[in-house]
Amino acid sequence: MLRKLLIGTALATSFAFSAHAADVKEVQMLHWWTSGGEAAALNVLKQDLAKEGYAWKDVPVAGGGGDAAMTALKAMVAAGNYPTASQMLGYTVLDYAAAGVMGDLTETAKKEGWDKSVPAALQKFSVYNGKWVAAPVNVHSVNWLWINKAVMDKIGGTEPKTFDDFVALLDKAKAAGVIPLALGGQNWQEATMFDSVVLSTGGPEFYKKAMNDLDEESLKSDTMKKSFDNLAKLVKYVDPNFSGRDWNLATAMVIKGDALVQVMGDWAKGEFHAANKTPGTDFLCYRFPGTDGSVIYNSDMFGMFNVPEDRKAAQIALATATLSKSFQSAFNVVKGSVPARTDVPDTDFDACGKKGIADLKKANEGGTLFGSLAQGYGAPPAVANAYKDVVSKFVHGQIKTSDEAVTELVKAIDDAK
Amino acid sequence: MSTVAETQIKLTPEHDARPGATVRSWLQDLLPKIVLAPSFAATIVFVYGFILWTIYLSFTNSKTFPSYDITGARAYQRLWRWTFESDPPSSWYTSITNMGIFGFLYILICLALGLFLAILLDQKIRGEGVLRPIYLYPMALSFIVTGVAWKWFLDPGLGLEQTLHQWGWTSFHFDWIKNKDFVIYTVVIAGVWQASGFVMAMFLAGLRGIDGEIMKAAQIDGASTFQLYRRIVIPLLRPVFLSAFIVLAHLAIKSYDLVVALTSGGPGGSAWLPSNFMYEFTFKRNEMAVGSASAVIMLMTITAIIVPYLYSELREKSR
Repeated sequence: MLRKLLIGTALATSFAFSAHAADVKEVQMLHWWTSGGEAAALNVLKQDLAKEGYAWKDVPVAGGGGDAAMTALKAMVAAGNYPTASQMLGYTVLDYAAAGVMGDLTETAKKEGWDKSVPAALQKFSVYNGKWVAAPVNVHSVNWLWINKAVMDKIGGTEPKTFDDFVALLDKAKAAGVIPLALGGQNWQEATMFDSVVLSTGGPEFYKKAMNDLDEESLKSDTMKKSFDNLAKLVKYVDPNFSGRDWNLATAMVIKGDALVQVMGDWAKGEFHAANKTPGTDFLCYRFPGTDGSVIYNSDMFGMFNVPEDRKAAQIALATATLSKSFQSAFNVVKGSVPARTDVPDTDFDACGKKGIADLKKANEGGTLFGSLAQGYGAPPAVANAYKDVVSKFVHGQIKTSDEAVTELVKAIDDAK
Repeated sequence: MSTVAETQIKLTPEHDARPGATVRSWLQDLLPKIVLAPSFAATIVFVYGFILWTIYLSFTNSKTFPSYDITGARAYQRLWRWTFESDPPSSWYTSITNMGIFGFLYILICLALGLFLAILLDQKIRGEGVLRPIYLYPMALSFIVTGVAWKWFLDPGLGLEQTLHQWGWTSFHFDWIKNKDFVIYTVVIAGVWQASGFVMAMFLAGLRGIDGEIMKAAQIDGASTFQLYRRIVIPLLRPVFLSAFIVLAHLAIKSYDLVVALTSGGPGGSAWLPSNFMYEFTFKRNEMAVGSASAVIMLMTITAIIVPYLYSELREKSR
């Protein structure tokens, strides 16, 4: 069934493309930014390219996580019909680059100075064997707290600086009869929160070793056990209905004041903006306690495929426009993330955005910019998902102790490597 | 079909009748085959061809993309090891035990409920024409719709529990959909709700097909209603049981969308079925070899159940 669907998609798209093969002043873009805010953000790029005379051919495949889009892309590439570019995440870019289907943007990159302006940690995914194969669009960071200010004032809380402060704050909220922690019990949300817990418990060095280098000693260390224990502490503060909840519903709980805080990436800010809330007056953004100075990131990239010669000019125009300072600023103001180059002025951003930009710069210079394992920037998808399995099973009680969790984690990661 | 054959005949000169007749009979023989050929070829390639391809892939080390070097049965070894990892449960262990629970309960309850409803509807009651579609219509919904509707209904914060709390029954507690040990039973509930009406329609058709004379004869012999159904009607419905079983069995095996829409995988992946496992590993985790191996095992399992059943049923009929 699925195979038939794949072939069908491949055929359908190949017809769609062959009809336009002669048209070189056009970019074909596969993406899953179909929801309101995201579509609006992408529209900025569309208009920029239109000014230069390039038409925009949208290939949107809806579905938040991009699974459907990636399946469609797989079929298109298998059929030999590469789009000009596709929205991609982390290791997917490298997988396709290893398969030899990505283009080469190195000349453009040199001319535009991407080497210097794009953080080195991001270049790990946008450069393959010394060749630029993708243009990063933004940097999301994961280690944020999103707090309802009215609730915070009511319970008389202050910014938690350490993990223990954080637990004390949650206790206060509980005593005041508010749900302390808004969490969606889906494995990626739990693992995203756990990323921050590990960084907070073990510090930057440990996070890098365990979550990016997958060092076995670190993975089964006492620090990791303590991280799981800390996660267990946090999970005590969620409401009984948390399991299976979507992330934006959890954010809505904070927006409405039903819950005090959510630990989520900065895409949550988009929800606050959509509800006409202002940072500082309606909601607060703090770094996850004990992680200030470090940034756990994930990033959207436009992977550039190896298109025929007559379509290369359009591709270069797309890549240049994507990494232009004006677009990086305009796009990320709308999207809630921060620019993928560190030399973009932060004048148009709100308070949280300004902090995000400053933090990214600092982390990039200090070497504390780490890929999020939960978001697929710490290790390939097989490992990342094995990790999510273990964290989720720990949260929901299939794995009962932190000892067992650590053993399972080592085993699962070993298996998936 | 016949018009084509007739035009062919008219084109043939009359004095050359014998070759014409052979062309005609030749065409008559061949035409059904020609008409069937495209769908036959499509089935061969897209069903059986891809089954073979999947089997082949399961012996390679395919990751994101198919790779064609045979590297041995590592995928099967991993699945085999996971089969026995019950504490904490591996995803594969969860998937296959869920398949057992779901498949067994879903088929059994659907058959029992469908038969029961059909017998009740068969009592020549008033308004049958209205009642029948009411039971049948859930089948017209897609699994996604069923899943989302039941997700809201079973959610303790939105649906049944919340409503009863508002009505004053505050001690009422029903959170199966949030409970890792019970979430699979909510999938059974939603699945049964959707399919039992359809099974009822099948049994109803079967009941209507039973000769009234047999029933009358049994009643004259003094059979009670229970005996009538137990000894005569249900044995006569055996072919319907076969059809219903096969329809339900394949619905159970491919229940992927229901799990996703209803539970999004359940707490900690506790609602997974093998189809979810297959999709997750092939497309999300880039472990195409493991995904293919699990698909092959699903195919083997259903073959092992269906083929002997079909064989015994069909052989007895031909006797």
